[in-house]
Amino acid sequence: MHGRVKVKSTAQQEEEKRKEREKKLKVYLSARDAVFSKKSNGVLDEEALQLTQQLLSSNPDFATLWNFRREILLHLETVKEEEEMQKLYELELLFTESCLKVNPKSYGSWHHRGWVSSRLPRPDWPRELSLCDRCLSVDERNFHCWDYRRFVVKASGVPVSQELRFTDRLIGSNFSNYSSWHYRSTLLPLLQPGTPSPCRKPAHVSPTASPQTHGHRVCEEQLLKEYELVQNAFFTDPNDQSAWFYYRWLLGRAEREEMISCVYVSREGERVTVAFSKLVNAPAEGLVLVLDGQPQQVEWRSVHPLFRHSPVWLCELPPGSISDINNEHNLTVHWTEKHTHRDCALYTGRLESWCRDSATDQELFRSELSIEKTSVLQSELQSCGQLLELEPQNKWCLLTTILLMRALDPLGHERETLAHFQTLKEVDPMRSSYYSDLCSKFMIENTILKMEYAEVRVFSLSDKNLSTLCHLDQLLLVTHINLSSNQLLKLPPQFAMLHCLKVLEADNNAIENLEGLYQLPKLEDVSLRNNHISKLSTLEPLVSCPKLIRLDLRGNPITKTANIQAELAQLLPSVTDLLI
Amino acid sequence: ISAVEDLTVAGDNARRLGSFAGLTESVLAAACSRVGQKVLHLDRRNYYAGNWASFTFNSLLSWIQEYKAQQEMPSTESDQAWVGKIEEGEDMLPLSSVDSSIINLEVFSYASEESEDEEVVTPSVANSFPKDSEAANEEPSGSSVEPQHSDSPGDRTQGAAEPPKQETEPSEACKNRQMPETQQSNQSEESDKQEQPITRPAEAPIELNKRITYAKLLKEGRRFNIDLVSKLLYSRGSLVDLLIKSNVSRYAEFKNVNRILICRDGRVKQVPCSRADVFGSKQLNVVEKRMLMKFLTFCLDFEQHPEEFQGFSEKPFWEFLKSQKLTENLQHFVLHSISMADQEILTEEGLKATQHFLQCLGRYGNTPFLFPLYGLGEIPQCFCRMCAVFGGIYCLRHSVQCLVVDKESGKCKAVIDTHGQRISCNHFVVEDSYIREEQRTKTSHRQISRAVVITDRSVLSYESDQQISLVTVPPLEFSSPAVRAVELSSSSMTCMPGTYLVHLTCPASGSAREDLAPVISNLFHVPNSSGEEPMQGTEKPLALWVMYFNMRDTSGLDSSCYSLPSNVHVCTGPDASLGCDYSIKLAESMFNQLLPDEEFCPPAPNPEDIIYDGDGAPGEGASFEETNHAERSGPEGEGQPQENGQPSSESSEPAESTDSVAPETNTESKVQISPTEE
Repeated sequence: MHGRVKVKSTAQQEEEKRKEREKKLKVYLSARDAVFSKKSNGVLDEEALQLTQQLLSSNPDFATLWNFRREILLHLETVKEEEEMQKLYELELLFTESCLKVNPKSYGSWHHRGWVSSRLPRPDWPRELSLCDRCLSVDERNFHCWDYRRFVVKASGVPVSQELRFTDRLIGSNFSNYSSWHYRSTLLPLLQPGTPSPCRKPAHVSPTASPQTHGHRVCEEQLLKEYELVQNAFFTDPNDQSAWFYYRWLLGRAEREEMISCVYVSREGERVTVAFSKLVNAPAEGLVLVLDGQPQQVEWRSVHPLFRHSPVWLCELPPGSISDINNEHNLTVHWTEKHTHRDCALYTGRLESWCRDSATDQELFRSELSIEKTSVLQSELQSCGQLLELEPQNKWCLLTTILLMRALDPLGHERETLAHFQTLKEVDPMRSSYYSDLCSKFMIENTILKMEYAEVRVFSLSDKNLSTLCHLDQLLLVTHINLSSNQLLKLPPQFAMLHCLKVLEADNNAIENLEGLYQLPKLEDVSLRNNHISKLSTLEPLVSCPKLIRLDLRGNPITKTANIQAELAQLLPSVTDLLI
Repeated sequence: ISAVEDLTVAGDNARRLGSFAGLTESVLAAACSRVGQKVLHLDRRNYYAGNWASFTFNSLLSWIQEYKAQQEMPSTESDQAWVGKIEEGEDMLPLSSVDSSIINLEVFSYASEESEDEEVVTPSVANSFPKDSEAANEEPSGSSVEPQHSDSPGDRTQGAAEPPKQETEPSEACKNRQMPETQQSNQSEESDKQEQPITRPAEAPIELNKRITYAKLLKEGRRFNIDLVSKLLYSRGSLVDLLIKSNVSRYAEFKNVNRILICRDGRVKQVPCSRADVFGSKQLNVVEKRMLMKFLTFCLDFEQHPEEFQGFSEKPFWEFLKSQKLTENLQHFVLHSISMADQEILTEEGLKATQHFLQCLGRYGNTPFLFPLYGLGEIPQCFCRMCAVFGGIYCLRHSVQCLVVDKESGKCKAVIDTHGQRISCNHFVVEDSYIREEQRTKTSHRQISRAVVITDRSVLSYESDQQISLVTVPPLEFSSPAVRAVELSSSSMTCMPGTYLVHLTCPASGSAREDLAPVISNLFHVPNSSGEEPMQGTEKPLALWVMYFNMRDTSGLDSSCYSLPSNVHVCTGPDASLGCDYSIKLAESMFNQLLPDEEFCPPAPNPEDIIYDGDGAPGEGASFEETNHAERSGPEGEGQPQENGQPSSESSEPAESTDSVAPETNTESKVQISPTEE
């Protein structure tokens, strides 16, 4: 129609584009071949620099070309003046910049830029920083740029406080940014040199700990600021997990001090059992056992052949060394590598003896969260409570509340904790198993605390919906354990750490695996009524328990097996009291 | 002041004229031209965009003078010209030659001056008006006719009158245009550099210490682009959608409005409206933050939760807000700054407004609004350019005297211009202000109160002095409307560095001064006499120059309010609301009425896809190309990412290339609307 602008048809456009592409490809391929022939002939001239530039600007992810380019530049360094190289490298920076525009996540371009920056006679770091800022303002999660930025910061010695302000700015524009929060978490510990970071702070074991210095106080002030910042984030958007994760980090998981937490010695079997505060491979740790002043040659073995690393190790003393009940012995286990040791005295007339730091002494479970002033945690709990009132269904808030309660007073908050776990399972059914396991863990911790306060060796945790067992290394001294009416599926290999166990009650669970009932030297009585044991082989670990005399298997599928009585008698000849 | 003539059938005697007019007319003209209609655009004014125009400071002063002259000496109607052009069986319908859409114009200058009287412009400045006007509008004037070329207006008129010249018209216009543009490019680059926020810090301290004098305002007058209409673009509003859809966006650049402010108890505060704002806000406690976010999240899909507002369907929005556990502070924010509702607005409407505000967040920035660089007057001109690219013709200072109405059909068949020329047409689109009282069946008595203030600092100083802010001033009395202020910094290219340009708007209840003076003295320090030293320690910005006027708000009128031939279509003027949606929707509905079978503003083709005619005559496509070229060399090109995106190896200045790593998205950056933003 008259007056209309004529426009090319799609086919015409396509055809033109195709031709254009073909032409481009031809140029590209011939340039590539030229570069490769130069490379194989070792020609390191500026023309090669030109050619690679041409190729890389259209395809910045051609690693071979970047390498070749560096070879050329290194060669040129040997023949050119520093001033010339400065210019050359500056051009190189401009070039990588244009490549980054083609692909802002090009490994090759970022790496080359870093390389050039480190070769540049007079680097312009502020300029590099502003480049990073620009790049991050376009894509705040470009990890290449984050990496490069860290490199620049390190090379140019940007003060930590300035970097902290940088994260302030990024978080301010969008707080759903793990990169910024994480960067913050690496900066804070550096803020006050020598200040223990919230995550590394050792648990305060003794009240006479060296007086914390001025630096510590500043750190705490900073932490309070951080709490405020992160609270703003999760009150603004409680469903955004980045802030909650940072908050969890702030509340901090204190690492336990490396130590020998318990030494147990028994005249029977002349056995020494040692518990450590972490998993160790005892034979490689340089342990020295000294008995009455005499270093002993002993062979350390873990409680279960499955474990190469375990918190509990044991050894047998040479026969006859402590068997006489009328002798008193002094035993010391040295952990030479960690410069720590633990003594244990075995008095006359005693069959066994131990020396340990109890869980309560160590504030073991409390230290899941680093020990800040209780008042701080208390106010944190209050603000979480406030948020919970507004958002009763928010899982992050529920979970954090639970953690805070545990940090403050695990026993005092037990009832509320259980209620919150119940809500959690309802609002987040996808993770109900996780919550069950976590709840089990907390219940076990509470029971351990109660047991220790009562100074007994009986651990009873029946009918508490336990789905898993943990902290079994803390139960080294337990003689009676009752796990009935829970939802346990197995007695895991770690169960073999209960070296003093005599009586096990685990009725009304769903146990179908007894791996952990392995080499328990004192185990006499096992009750497993109404579980899921169906095969004879499941009972095989019990063969290694020499004192087993009573076994109750009523209500298990295995009892339906023909001839079971005879087979069991054959498998476990020591059992005199078999109930099926 | 504008008349768009629309020729659906290209008869031999069909003529095209051209001029720049208001937003609705420009959009309609562009849409018609785009689908192959012949469009002649006439404007009796000597500047573009009608009441939507932007003026430099100096040209605004000239405009004010002209306005005053017109007030004193109403022009006499000379009805002689058309006599003899009317044929048998035809009637004559005269159009108004006086524009009465602006009243109550008052100007006050408080900037210190040595010798001159306030309001009085030195003759030399006044004379230079057309040139200054051009300088300010250099870029969009692309395919327009330059009024300052001594022979131009007459030339154009003639050209328009002679059919054989039609085809060469656009190219000639282009040639004419190119000259001034290249001349200006150096100059404007220079000025642009000065205006770059990066170089400003060095300059700023001096600026701060030096008081801005009236002479300085005059000297730097061309840096101002003062809009008569103050509006913002909702980032998901119909104007932005249209700019994207039609590819007209390529002619303009935008800045995000950075802040939403509210004036409460005499203090200006920032309204936290985005997630980042709420997070960073120091004035809300954490519980308030939660409550606000919760409420805003609810508003985003309030339709899904009818139970929440069921009981309030007949009640005002503010009552609903009260029921929502929002603190008084938050109610205030939501009502006045987010929903921007007045007191009577009903709950559902308020929720809808809030929802729209929220949906616009985050598309281009942390507020829902965009503002065009160089002023809102750019937008009509962008559409005019589009119209011209597709063959539309524009004439300034060229008005239609009367319509020629066919007695039999009752339709308008031609118009007669002020030169006595008869131009036939199929449709005639006219702005409301051309219509005489006799043709009105209903008169609008609504007015908009406007004020323009030049100040020396922002109403709320913050880290950056280059913010663009929307300030809501809620009414003191329950029943009166809120006043809306848009504060522009020099980064918007609408005022000189060191000053801020503040536009105040509200529906009028009295004269503009009566309505707005209390707000102005609340927000700013208004000296008693010009050049008076500001009080020590005053935090308020100093008002350097204030202009008040009322603009008629005809937005409530429709075709039933006029008795006109059916093919004469009246465009009503800008409304009082913040967005441009009213004018765009009006243009679209008028287009659908004119050309029911055509698409409204389909995407314009890319320049490289246009086929040029073999005869070597640069057709419309050529002007496209040149347009693009002009954009590159123009001042805006400087800051454009793609401009800096040139292979950086060519650049010798490292600092410059650092700035060019990637398209800017920080708050200081310009926004280029494009479909990819979707």
